[in-house]
Amino acid sequence: MARTLITAPRTARRGEVIEIRTLIAHAMETGLRVDAEGRKLPRDIIHRFTCRYGDELVFSAELFAAVAANPYIAFSTVATASGTLSLTWEGDNGFAHTETLALTVT
Amino acid sequence: MSVPPVSLDRRQVLVIGAAWTLPAAAQPADPVHDLEAAVRGFAGSAPVRQGRVTLDIAPLVDNGNTVPVSVTVDSPMTEQDHVQAIAVFNERNPQRDVASFVLTPRCGRARVDTRIRLATSQKLVAVARLSDGSVWSHTVDVVVTLAACIES
Amino acid sequence: MKGLAWVVLVGAGAAVAQPAADPRRSGFDFMSAATQAMQADDMQNPGMLWVAEGAALWQRKEGRSGRSCADCHEAGAAPAMRGVAARYPAFDAPSRQPVNLQQRINLCRERRQHAAALPLESRELLSLESHVAHQSRGLPITPSTDERLRPFRALGQALYEQRIGQLHLSCRQCHDDHAGQRLGGSTLPQAHPTGYPVYRLEWQGLGSLQRRLRGCMTGVRAEPFPYGAQELVALELYLAARAGGMRIETPAVRP
Repeated sequence: MARTLITAPRTARRGEVIEIRTLIAHAMETGLRVDAEGRKLPRDIIHRFTCRYGDELVFSAELFAAVAANPYIAFSTVATASGTLSLTWEGDNGFAHTETLALTVT
Repeated sequence: MSVPPVSLDRRQVLVIGAAWTLPAAAQPADPVHDLEAAVRGFAGSAPVRQGRVTLDIAPLVDNGNTVPVSVTVDSPMTEQDHVQAIAVFNERNPQRDVASFVLTPRCGRARVDTRIRLATSQKLVAVARLSDGSVWSHTVDVVVTLAACIES
Repeated sequence: MKGLAWVVLVGAGAAVAQPAADPRRSGFDFMSAATQAMQADDMQNPGMLWVAEGAALWQRKEGRSGRSCADCHEAGAAPAMRGVAARYPAFDAPSRQPVNLQQRINLCRERRQHAAALPLESRELLSLESHVAHQSRGLPITPSTDERLRPFRALGQALYEQRIGQLHLSCRQCHDDHAGQRLGGSTLPQAHPTGYPVYRLEWQGLGSLQRRLRGCMTGVRAEPFPYGAQELVALELYLAARAGGMRIETPAVRP
C-alpha cells in the first residue's frame, strides 16, 4: 500500500468548486539512472492518475519520467451531489493504488 | 582593403549553414526530441496561439529535481466553453513530455499543479486545447542551479 | 561563530527566543520562495508522507512484548514525545555513550519491546524518527547539559574543525567561514540541524543528519564514517549545541 496525503473537503455546497490536492510516495525511477556498479536502474514510474466522481471520470493525468518523485497533483472539481470520489494511480510493474473520499454536498 | 582568405572555420560555418536550409521534408519531426514537434503533435492542425494560458514556475530554481509548476487557463469551464486538455513540454530533458491532463466541465476551474524535474536551464511550454478546437500556449525560461557537491 | 559561546547561552538559562543580534540562520532562510512554500504547507511537504507512516508505525504492536510505542508513551508509563527530539543526542547510561534518535528508538525496541532493531536509515526507522521529531516542531533545540556528554561534544567539535578528504576541507571552512557565499550555483548554509530528518530535493527522499554528513564527507572526497559511527553521533552532538535555541522545523525541505 503506497502512502498518500490527500487534502479535500468533506463537505461542500452544491455548485462549489473544491480543490483536491494529492501526494503519493513513489520513487518515479526514470530509467536513466545507474547504480553503483554502472547498471541501469529500470524505469518505474506512475504513468496515470484519474479522479472519478461517482461513476464519472472528471479529471485524469498522464505522467512521464519528468514528474518529480513523490508526485504531487492538485486539481479541482465541482461539488454536484453527495457521493464518493475515487482517486487512482497506475504505474509500471503493475502498480495500482486507489483512495476513496466521501463528499457530502448540501 | 583586401578580402581575407577563407579560413577553415568559415568553410565549416558555410557547410553548417547549408544544412539548415535543407527542406523540412528531409528532417522528420521527432516529437520525443524536438520541442516544436511535441507541441505540434498535441495541437494537431490548429494554430498554436500565445495567451489564455499561464505557466507559473519560479524563474530561478533551487534544485531541478523537484520544481513546483502550476498551469492555469482562462476559461469558464462550462459545457459550451471549457478546456479539454493541457500538456506541458520541456526543451532539454532526455524526453520532451512532462505531463498531460484531461479536464472536463466537471473540473469547474482550469488549473492544475504538479512538481516536475528539470535537467538544466531551459524553456518550458504549457499548451491547452479548448472545446472550440483552439490551442493556446505559454512559454517560460527557467534557470536551474545544480547541486554543488556530488554525493555519489 | 564559536560552538562554546552557544553552549554558554543555553547553560545560562538564556531566553527561548534568539537574541536580536543572533547571526545564526536556519537553512530555510537560504532557500527559494518555492521551496520554502513546499516546507510550510503540511499537505505539500513530501516529508509528511514519512511522518504519517511513522504515526502508523507508532501504533503497531512489536516484538515479544506485543506492545506498540503508543502503549507505553501515551499511557503515562513513559514520557510523551513532545520535547524529546529537542534534546537529542542524549546520553545512554547502559552503553555509556551518546545516542541519536534512530539509535534510541532501536534501543527501545530491543530493551522494552523485545523486538529486533531496524536497520539504520531504513524507511521504517526514518518514519518513526520523523514522527517523533515532528512532535518537537516549533520548539527550540535544547541540548542536554549532561556532563557525561562533554568529551563527546569536544570530539564533535574537533571533527568539525578538522580538514578531511582529497579536497582537504573542514566543515568550519564552508559553513562558518564562508556561509552565505556561493559554491557553484548554491549558497552555503550555516549547517544548523534544525529540520532533520529532512526531505532533500537532491535525494528525492527523506534522510537523517547522518546521511547529510556522510554526503558532505563524500563531497570533499573523504571516506565517510559508517551509519551509527561514534564520530557521526559526536558531530550531531556538537551541531546541536552550536544550534542551541534555534527552532525545530521537522520535517524540513531542503534543496
